[in-house]
Amino acid sequence: MDAIQKQLLQEVADLHDIPEGAYNLRANGESVGRKSTANIEIISKTDVSGIDIRIKPNTKKESVHIPVVLSESGLKETVYNDFYIGENSDVLIVAGCGIDNCGTQDSEHDGVHRFYIGKNAKIRYVEKHYGSGSGDGKRILNPQTEVYMEEGSTCEMEMVQIKGVDSTERTTIAKLAADAKLIVHERLMTHGEQHALSIYKVELNGDGSSADVVSRSVARDHSYQKLDMCISGNAACSGHTECDSIIMDHGTILAVPSLEANSIDAALVHEAAIGKIAGEQLTKLMTLGLTEAEAEEQIINGFLK
Amino acid sequence: MMLQLNSIAFHAETNDGKAEIIRDISLHIDANKFIVITGPNGGGKSTLAKIIAGIETPTSGTITFQGEDITDLSITDRAKRGIGFAFQQPVRFKGLTVLDLLRIASGKQITIAEACEYLSEVGLCAKDYIHREVNASLSGGELKRIEIATILARDVKLAIFDEPEAGIDLWSFQNLIRIFEKMRESTQDRTILVISHQERILNIADEIIVLADGKIEKQGPKEQILPSIIGTQYAADVCRKLS
Repeated sequence: MDAIQKQLLQEVADLHDIPEGAYNLRANGESVGRKSTANIEIISKTDVSGIDIRIKPNTKKESVHIPVVLSESGLKETVYNDFYIGENSDVLIVAGCGIDNCGTQDSEHDGVHRFYIGKNAKIRYVEKHYGSGSGDGKRILNPQTEVYMEEGSTCEMEMVQIKGVDSTERTTIAKLAADAKLIVHERLMTHGEQHALSIYKVELNGDGSSADVVSRSVARDHSYQKLDMCISGNAACSGHTECDSIIMDHGTILAVPSLEANSIDAALVHEAAIGKIAGEQLTKLMTLGLTEAEAEEQIINGFLK
Repeated sequence: MMLQLNSIAFHAETNDGKAEIIRDISLHIDANKFIVITGPNGGGKSTLAKIIAGIETPTSGTITFQGEDITDLSITDRAKRGIGFAFQQPVRFKGLTVLDLLRIASGKQITIAEACEYLSEVGLCAKDYIHREVNASLSGGELKRIEIATILARDVKLAIFDEPEAGIDLWSFQNLIRIFEKMRESTQDRTILVISHQERILNIADEIIVLADGKIEKQGPKEQILPSIIGTQYAADVCRKLS
């Protein structure tokens, strides 16, 4: 890998070098490194581009890294990655995509991730998206995530897109069986003329299932965000969705949290708030010696932390 | 001399025209003093404190701090010269932790142990608070003490406290008095300016200034001023005032 690719890898997966455990590194449309372990097997798909990741039942404290980097202008790819997580497993999965586009043609990576989480299995999924490069070509990422959760399983997702992605349409759907638990923390920042759509459709189908979907976002310059988060309660379940956003400059945000209760025992809550940085917050930090710009940066960093 | 105000006036636009919040105030404050400003509500005390910190701009007049004219300096530049300001209503931040705020205040990456010392000084059990977010989950009294800790974490020459007793319970008030007494003992090269109606705070002052109707009504050593205002709304007993 070259220096740009290494830089991207660090941004999206906090990796300086080859990760421990199982991994698959993809650069400019090709797999450039892969390792399976005794419990985690990574196999290329034969019909479409992508991989199957099979995690054996009872696999504990192991991790899989599957970062993708694109540094060639004009590259467009759709990749299908399927995760089969065995019963009672407890694993960390780190994905993420970095695009560096110095050229004039658009670069696009559309990742379709499907998770089949077995009974009582637990996963933590971290996905970071990042764009860099000075070219006019756009950096486009359209991730689609599907999560199918069996009884008693837990899925904690951290979805982060802070910088440099021109256009994104991210869709996440989740279907939960009894006692399954989904926790999502999304952090989104758009700037320039960027356009971001973030859509969540969560179905709570089993008794005792729960979902907590929390999004914090910042829209700067002339960027646009639409946050569409829907939880359907189809059993004795509990769901909470929250969109909390800061707008700056000429940013635009449309927040559409929605709830659908199809069971008398569904308990669902949604919250949404959009506003600029409070003047008194800036004033307070300025009385501590920060300039207005430094104060703004601290407030946003804290908010998106 | 620490601070000098020369003919400060502040007019605000209101529904029925202009209101003179501050009318021609001149005063000087010496270094290493504990000064309390009292007076009726609406008398201009908070406005005056904000004018000193640069949060409000006076309509006319000049301010000199340690020999330098700071009238046209920003909030940031005044802070950098050593003016600290504790808000009457502490500001809440989503995402910023107590540690973050103390680090911003001190201007360097202080260690957790150093940050904890500031919290201990204001009577908070440090390990319970250091990683808490400075958000709505904290009570008024807790926020107030964290606000004071941010002043302690800074190397200020002039610390201004705008009604530190506002919005806290009686128990927290007792602690607050202790914090001020402690600061009073250690006013090394530091002037403390507190806006308060509380008799117990007035009682630890070197000097008291009574501000009413935008003007200085009285100013002098505590021994001289306090007897004349005790029992009035300018120097209220804590229980009566807080209940």
